Amino acid sequence: MSRNDDWLSGGGEESTEIAACFRPAPGGAAAFFEQAQAGVIRSLVSQIAELVSADSTAADTGIESGDIEAQLGLSSHAKLPDDPVLARLLPDGYSDDPDASAEFRRYTEETLRSGKIASAQAVLSSLPPGGGQVRLSEPECQEWLKALNDVRLALSVRLGITDDSQELPERLSADDAHAAYVWVYQWLAYLQDSLIEALS
Amino acid sequence: MTGQDAALDAPWVTVVWNDPVNLMSYVTYVFQRVFGYAKPKAEKLMLDVHHKGKAVVSAGTREAMERDAETLHGYGLWATVSHES
Repeated sequence: MSRNDDWLSGGGEESTEIAACFRPAPGGAAAFFEQAQAGVIRSLVSQIAELVSADSTAADTGIESGDIEAQLGLSSHAKLPDDPVLARLLPDGYSDDPDASAEFRRYTEETLRSGKIASAQAVLSSLPPGGGQVRLSEPECQEWLKALNDVRLALSVRLGITDDSQELPERLSADDAHAAYVWVYQWLAYLQDSLIEALS
Repeated sequence: MTGQDAALDAPWVTVVWNDPVNLMSYVTYVFQRVFGYAKPKAEKLMLDVHHKGKAVVSAGTREAMERDAETLHGYGLWATVSHES
């Protein structure tokens, strides 16, 4: 698991000023986002929604096709997705039983995909493209938590973060192309943590 | 034996596995929210996952465990169902 208690301390006051974070607000939480910050979040959650809906059974066949499985909300997928990001977002339900895992996936994957799309859409509808003050209800906070987490999971796969002991800053210097994403990954951790704190 | 102890004797369990991404605060929060656990219990389970690599977070019927795993997947946690004696 990841700790989030030492990221900002290294950056000093400047980091604190540029990193948007949530504060408690009546009925939920609130935060102020600069336009660029809103753009980054909107872009990333949109990518998750696209990825998750891209090869979904419902999106492929639709109810119009008369596909019984789609009508019942069942997935035709039995195996872990090939895309490592999708595999992380839609994990197996059994670690040691491929048949049970396939059956679990058939009954749960479409709902899981729909939930992730709904979370992404909740973020998109509450975060204006131009940024500004965002005020979230408690249910919206839940969707934000899930959506921010999905983005971080996806980024972690792309950044190759595979175990607790890895030190992000070392990799950052080794590959400048990833530096911006490393920063975003850490900022989103800070943002997510602030939202949990605001709800506690 | 309390009802909860009886449930822990049931053969099906939901296991949450450690990963380097999910925040410790988030995992604790999810355990509180999904299972209604008090914060100390949720924190202990979170630390078990963190230090031991995995932890049993709920026990009961197979159907109930599959629902728990599905809910935890919704939160992005890596959960599996297993049959343990």
